[in-house]
Amino acid sequence: MAELNTGGGGGGHKGGKVRSKKSSTRVDLTAMVDLAFLLITFFMLTTTLLKPKAMDLVMPDKDDHTHDQLPVPATRTMTILLGANDKVEWFIGLPGDQPPTTDNFGKDGLRKALTENSDKVKKSHGGQDMIVIIKPSDHSNYNNLVSALDELNITGIERHAIVDISPVEIELLKRDHNY
Amino acid sequence: MPRVKIARKSTATDMTAMCDVAFLLLTFFIMTSKFKADDPVPVAIPSYTKTIVLPEENTATLTVGHGKVFFSVDGDKIRASMLEQVGQLYSITFTPEEKAMFVTLPTFGMDIQQLKPYLDKLITNPEQAKSFQQPGIPLDTVSNQLFNWVREARKADVALNGKALLISIKGDKKEEYPTIGKIIAILQKQKVNKFSLITASKGL
Repeated sequence: MAELNTGGGGGGHKGGKVRSKKSSTRVDLTAMVDLAFLLITFFMLTTTLLKPKAMDLVMPDKDDHTHDQLPVPATRTMTILLGANDKVEWFIGLPGDQPPTTDNFGKDGLRKALTENSDKVKKSHGGQDMIVIIKPSDHSNYNNLVSALDELNITGIERHAIVDISPVEIELLKRDHNY
Repeated sequence: MPRVKIARKSTATDMTAMCDVAFLLLTFFIMTSKFKADDPVPVAIPSYTKTIVLPEENTATLTVGHGKVFFSVDGDKIRASMLEQVGQLYSITFTPEEKAMFVTLPTFGMDIQQLKPYLDKLITNPEQAKSFQQPGIPLDTVSNQLFNWVREARKADVALNGKALLISIKGDKKEEYPTIGKIIAILQKQKVNKFSLITASKGL
């Protein structure tokens, strides 16, 4: 869209005074506008993409005042032990009640187990939901913890807590070579 | 019959107004965009399905990677007040220049004893100071440094803004759990039971 300078210059006059050509004051802005919009697009995209996303994590109160806590049957709890090499072990009830199942993260692993157990607990306890306790071992990594919480979120289990692992449970992980 | 000639119009449009608007917007976005400060350690954050957008103000972030912990707080005033308070706890007095330098630091992670020499070096010899690898804030309970940093930052926020500081943890995927566990324990010790984990969002 470059504009040609077609304004009537002084060229037409024959033999008259030599006039300097008047050049048009219009400047081609196309390239400038292109560049400006490109930069606008860049800044718009970068500003919105940089907002950090986060998940909320609520830990159980470590206070010693345990007067308002109600006992819950162990059969309603499912314990998930986070082991090394992205492996998990889970069991219902207290450690030793039933042999733990070694599982991995993902659709057919932990998620399936959570859905199945949640249904079972609801059936056997008159609609009460399952309580999940996550116990990360020293050899698990941060991603495992977030993945486990993510599975709980996907399966819609709201009652869950992160608790320190006990020596008995470490033994279980060691026995199955997940520590 | 004479042919009807349609007058050809010039395709050149006056772009002055468009250009004006474009540059106005450009200026606005350049001014408002805040570039993310580089993390002191490379951190690959885990992903989670249901994320919320973190508020931009009133936040403190604990960056965790390679077993090191770094702390950063939003707000210059909070940082200045926090530095003064923590300095008092460890009987270190910072000069106004050092304070001014500290306020400009996006994030830091080192022993409090190293902080004063580091700030001095930043003032006198910034090139040399930049190459210094920050070792992370000590997590031990003896010197209790991370505990005090977080606590003073929270106090400063309450005193200056009257709001509770939102603490978030930005951890590396591969970070072993004990480091995260220690941080959570430190937060819980000062009754911070609710905090955020910075995660990327992912689809199902």
